[in-house]
Order: sequence, then C-alpha cells, then structure tokens
Amino acid sequence: MPLADGVSFDLTVVWAFLIAFAVLVYVILDGFDLGLGMLFAAERHRGDRDVMMNSVAPVWDGNETWLVLGGGGLFAAFPLAYSLVLPALYAPIIAMLLALIFRGVAFEFRWRTERWRGVWDFAFIFGSGTAALAQGIALGGLLQGIEVDKAARAYAGGWWDWLTPFSLTVGLALMVGYMLLGATWLVMKTTGDLQERMRRRAWLFGIATVGFIGIVSLWTPFLQEGYYSRWFRGWGILLAGLVGLSVLALATLMFRALTVHRHDYWPFVLALAMFTLCFIGLGISMFPYIVPVGVTIWEAAAPRNAQLFMLVGAGILIPIILAYTGYAYWVFRGKIDPDTGYH
Amino acid sequence: MLGSFDAVLLARIQFAFTVSFHFLFPAFTIGLASYLAVLNGLWLWTRDHQYLDLFRYWVKIFALAFAMGVVSGIVMSYQFGTNWSVFSDKAGPVIGAPMAYEVLSAFFLEAGFLGIMLFGRERVGPTLHMIACIAVAGGTAMSAFWILSVNSWMHTPAGFEIDLETGQFLPTDFWQVIFNPSFPYRLMHTVTAAYLTTAFIVGGVGASHLLRRRRLSEPASASTRTMFSMAMWMAVVVAPVQIFLGDLHGLNTLEHQPAKVMAMEGHYESHPDGAPLYLFGIPNDEAQRLDYAIGIPNLSSLILKHDLAAPLDGLDTIPDDEQPPTFIVFWSFRVMVAIGFAMLALGLWSLWARVRGNLYSAHWLHRAAVVMAPSGLVAVLAGWITTEVGRQPYTVYGLLRTVDSAAPLDAAAVGSSLVAFVVVYFAVFGAGTYYILRLMSRPPVFDEPRLQDVAPGPIRTAGITPAPEEAVRRADDRKGGA
Repeated sequence: MPLADGVSFDLTVVWAFLIAFAVLVYVILDGFDLGLGMLFAAERHRGDRDVMMNSVAPVWDGNETWLVLGGGGLFAAFPLAYSLVLPALYAPIIAMLLALIFRGVAFEFRWRTERWRGVWDFAFIFGSGTAALAQGIALGGLLQGIEVDKAARAYAGGWWDWLTPFSLTVGLALMVGYMLLGATWLVMKTTGDLQERMRRRAWLFGIATVGFIGIVSLWTPFLQEGYYSRWFRGWGILLAGLVGLSVLALATLMFRALTVHRHDYWPFVLALAMFTLCFIGLGISMFPYIVPVGVTIWEAAAPRNAQLFMLVGAGILIPIILAYTGYAYWVFRGKIDPDTGYH
Repeated sequence: MLGSFDAVLLARIQFAFTVSFHFLFPAFTIGLASYLAVLNGLWLWTRDHQYLDLFRYWVKIFALAFAMGVVSGIVMSYQFGTNWSVFSDKAGPVIGAPMAYEVLSAFFLEAGFLGIMLFGRERVGPTLHMIACIAVAGGTAMSAFWILSVNSWMHTPAGFEIDLETGQFLPTDFWQVIFNPSFPYRLMHTVTAAYLTTAFIVGGVGASHLLRRRRLSEPASASTRTMFSMAMWMAVVVAPVQIFLGDLHGLNTLEHQPAKVMAMEGHYESHPDGAPLYLFGIPNDEAQRLDYAIGIPNLSSLILKHDLAAPLDGLDTIPDDEQPPTFIVFWSFRVMVAIGFAMLALGLWSLWARVRGNLYSAHWLHRAAVVMAPSGLVAVLAGWITTEVGRQPYTVYGLLRTVDSAAPLDAAAVGSSLVAFVVVYFAVFGAGTYYILRLMSRPPVFDEPRLQDVAPGPIRTAGITPAPEEAVRRADDRKGGA
C-alpha cells in the first residue's frame, strides 16, 4: 500500500511481525512466572513460597495480557488463521485457559485463607504446569501442520490430531524451558539459600533445555518438506549452523554466569536471549505460512484498511505500553525482602 | 453421537455461561475502580484518614474481583475462535480491529498500573500512585467502550460490505463500525449499570455494618457511615439517570431491532390503535400469544411512541424463523426494569431519611439496602439476557445466523469443555466470592491494614479476623465516633 510517493510496504508482513512480537513477549514474560509456578512444587517452605509469589505478584497480570494481544491480534489481523487454528487445537487451548484460571486466582486466594492455602498452592503449581504443557503442545500441534479445507475455510482434521509424540515433546520442552526462565528470574530476585537452590535448578533445567532445543530443532525439519528445504538445502545449512552455534554460545555464557561468575541477573538475560533466538528460528521455519502448511499470512490476512486502522493504534500504543510496563518492572526492581513482601 | 444442532446449542450454552460469569466481575470492578480513584483523590485532597481506610478496605476486594475478571476474560478472547470460528472468520475483519484496540488501550493500561495501584503507594509516591489509580479506572472504562462497540455492531451492523466470494464482512468505514447506531445508548446504559451495581454493593456492605453496630449498641465508624452515605447519593442521582438512559436505549432498539422490542413487550399481535403494556403474562411462542396477560391499555404505545393511540406492530409481522424466544426476553426484561425501579425507590427512601437526619439509624432502610446489595448484578445479567437473546436467531443481526456461526465442532468436544467450565467456574469463582464476602463481613477500621499486610503470617495480623477492632474502636471513640 503506497503511504506516500515512492514509499510502500506490505502491511501483512508488518502484522505478522507484530503478532510474532506479542507472542514472543508473552512467552518470555509469562514464561518465567509460569516456570516459577512449577518450581513452587519443590519449595516446601512457606516463607520461600511467599517470596517467590511476591516476586511476580505486581507484574503477572501484565504478562498475561500479551497472551490476549497474541490471540486478539491474530483474530484482528489474520481472522482466517484464528478460526482455523483454535478449533484444531481445541483441547490444549481449553486446557490452557482452565489452567490459567487456577494459577491466576491463586495469586490472590492463597493470601485469603489459612486452611485452604495448600489447595491454592497446588492450584498454582498444577495450573502453571498444565498451562505450560498445553502451550507447548499447541505450538507443536501448529508446527506439525494443520489439515485445512481451503474451499470451506474450515479446519478439516480430527479432534485428536494435535496429539503426537512431537507435540508432547514440544510440550515437555516448553515446561523445562519455562522452569529455566523461572529459576534464573529467582536467582535475580532472591537471596540466601533460596537463591542458591535456584542456581542449581537453573543449571539443571538449563542443561535439559539445551537438550530439548536440540531434539526439537533436529525433529522439526523432518515434519514437513518445506522446513527441511529451508534449513538443510543451499544457504539453509549455513543458517542452521549459525543459529545452532549461537544457541550453544548463549548457553555456555549462561552456565558461566550462573556458576563461575555467580552473577545475579545475567543468567536471566541470557536465558531470555536463548528463548528469543529459538523463537526466531521458529519464525524462519514457518514463514510465510501462518497455518502450516496450507495457509500463508497473505491468504489469512484481514483487509488492508483494517490492517492500516489497527497499525495506527498499535504504532502509537505499543511503544507506550512497553514504556509503562518497563516502568512497572522498574518500580518493583531489586531483591524481594522476605519481611516486607508486596502482599 | 449427537447431531450438529446439538453442538451449536452446547456452544451457545457455553458462551452464555462463560460470558455471564465473566461479566459479573467487570460489572463490579468498572464502578469499583472509579470509586477507589475517588477515595484516593479524597484522601490526598482532604487528608481525612477515613478515605484512606476505605481505599484500603475496598482495594483488597477489588484485587480479588479483578483477578477473577482477568482470568475469566482470557477465556472469552479465545472462545470466539474455539467455538465460533465461522463467526470469527466472517466478522473478524470488522470487529477484530476494535477488539485489538481494547487490548492495546485498555487491558494493558489496567494490568500495567494495577501492580502500582495495589502495592506501589510507598514506592512511587502519592502523585504517581494517584495516576495509577486513574489509569486503572480509565482502563476499565476504555475496555467497556471497545467491547460494547463490538457487541453493538453485532446488534446494529454498519460501515461494512459483504465479500460475496468468502462471505466475510469487510469494513468500509471504521467510524461507522465503532459508532454504530446502538453503540452510544448501549455504552451509556451499561457503564451506568456498572456504577449502580457497585454503588449498591458498597451501600449494602455499609448498611450491614451499620446494622451490626446497632445490634452491639456501638457507634459505627466514620468510614462505615461515609461509604453508606456515598453509595446512597449514587443511588439517588444515578438510578433516575439510568431509567432515562434505558428508555432511550429501548427507543433505539425499537428503531433497529423491532422484533426484540415486540418480544420484550409480549406483543404477538399488532395493535393498530395503541398497544397495551403487559405487566404479567406467559409468552407462548407455539400458539403465538401471551397467556394469562395482565396489561394496561395503550401504555406501551405511550412509552414507545409517546402517543396513546400510536399503532405498534407485533410478532405477527415477523416470520417465525426470525423471532427471538419470547419467554426469556419478556421475563428477563421485566426483572431488569423491576430492579431499576426498586433502586430508584431505595435512593428516594435514603434521601428522605437523610432529610430527616436519620440516615445512619434508619434500620429498615439499612435492611433494604442489604437485600438490594446484589440487585445490580442481577439486573445487569437480566439486561444482557434481554438484549442478547433478543438478537436471536442471529449473531450479526439480520445477516449471520447463530446456527451458521459456530465452529465445525463435535458435540462431544463442546460438551466436555462445557462441563469442565461449569465445574471450574463454580469451584474457583465460588471460592473467590466466598473470600470477597468474608472480607466484606469485616467492617472497615481505623488505620485499615494495607493489602500487603493482610497475608496471614506469623507476626502480621490476619486481615480476615476482626482482631484489631478493639484498638480501632478506641481510636474511633477518641475521635468522637464520627
């Protein structure tokens, strides 16, 4: 669309990047608080649990809003993709929504009851774990391809198509990866014994994450011919090597920051970088398909006037959102004092 | 295996269930967010400690209700796709954009500043904390703006064309899409309803504590009196405004969705010489008549046309397969209107008590206020049932039928997710409501504990037990109990 003389760009690609950006921000932000929820299981001490919860209490709601932007943005910018993907991934999506209810209310409910606190702690752990698993399964289910009846503009597969060894593996991978994010977040936000334990957990889940990244990365190209040719033919091999080496380099730096330098916040930053890199790799696999392997972003796109109308708002509001979200994180920066939590 | 119609019916039940449950929370928090901003502003302006106490008292309840609104709202944003994918594909190009604006301009604003509002007073200072309170209140109002615009478009679609190849609605003019004909009325009516809902809950809680203090023969704390008084002022001022706005909304509906108004009125037959206002009746869609009808002649024409003899068409002018189910619309409308007038009556009663100087000792007024506490929630649900069921059999009025909107789902899949939602909602939100009621059952006290302080811990006092009341009463007594 020509915006001015000689200037034109493809709004559909812009929107694909914006949705991808929203999903990435969601994954890394809610990733660490879902991971923290799973790590709750191993921390039996009440004071430690309070500190862990308090470290995310002021920001979890904002983190989850990126999921709404991912879903709402997909609905707005790529309505066909939204209406194909959600019925295809029906069970994992519903499971994720229910799980998010449990872990979301646990933030408030566990402070309101003495007798039932254990129940809400369990809801927090179980909800966080289920949400992470369901998100990973959904991602795997999308990557492996969704059967589409293009003439009817409808999902054409069965209700259990999402359930494969691959999608389950991605589900486990995301759980482990989120726990790495959660553990490094807590290394940054806590002190003393709790921080020490989190260092060890971060190391463990870091190893597991790198392993899962390797498995999923090697498995993905064999799911679809398109993925294979992208990564393993021509210049693709070079790209694959570059991405692979970068992940390994980041992982090495992270392990060194964790154990050798015993740094507080670099492990978290490096874990985020690792996630970002994997996400970019995912994008390289899928582009330009939004519903692999049948529907491209252009086929699923909303009309241009709708894209442009939304882009005006997104262009103004997303930088503002990033600014005040950053501000909120800044306000609650630093270590959590076990005696004066937010709650 | 069940047929395809059953899958649609189950999907409808699921949507009705999840959206009704969800809306109870925003209906309360839209008003409460504004109330908290006002309380915080009054505290900063007057430095009267009771406003800070009231802020701290209600912010704990707000945090619970808001969390439940958030998690039940995420479900809504995905349910369009999971259960109503055909609707999403077709209407997405038009209504997707306003919904994206809702996320960008409202949800992030609320969520981003909520943490600061709840926990940040000491960290950011009073000015920024006040800004956070306003941002949260503004975010809830902004959210109402966009989502009601989308909902109104489904009632009175405008600013679009239909792509004959794909069947998609394509936007031609977003100004017309957003400010579609029923939107201004629905927005004002709904936001006002949210304010009234909050006012009656706050008033009911205040009244219950006035009654309890009276039973104990003790003076109520200043903050208890203030919250009751503020709520009753809202009832006096806002209830009549709401009835007026409801009337305007009804006239707008008559213009754009006459079949809905016919169902609301129970008018199966056309009345060429003026239509009666039915107070009671059992709508019988099969026989197309209102059984056991009790009505006031010509009053409906007077209300809807401002003319006693104005002719009004009935459902006999609407083909059977375009009629909404009349029984539900007829009765839910009556429930809403009855509550509206009961709210007005309570407001006037409180005004009379205020004039006579016994606002804080009129215990029958307080009892009525306690009974009326949840009335706003009931009225809001009844109103939504009226308008949404009245839109049937369409999702996009006159253009896209509900049966043609649903996802190609298996009844078993929708049925099992419906069961899961019902079980989880009742368990989780039941518990949350219980915690809210428990917080409400404790009166606001002098130097009300902060949200941060209420965690039951080894040293800190549990916010849920009335332990510090003794000290508080003494503090209040020193202030003369006022």
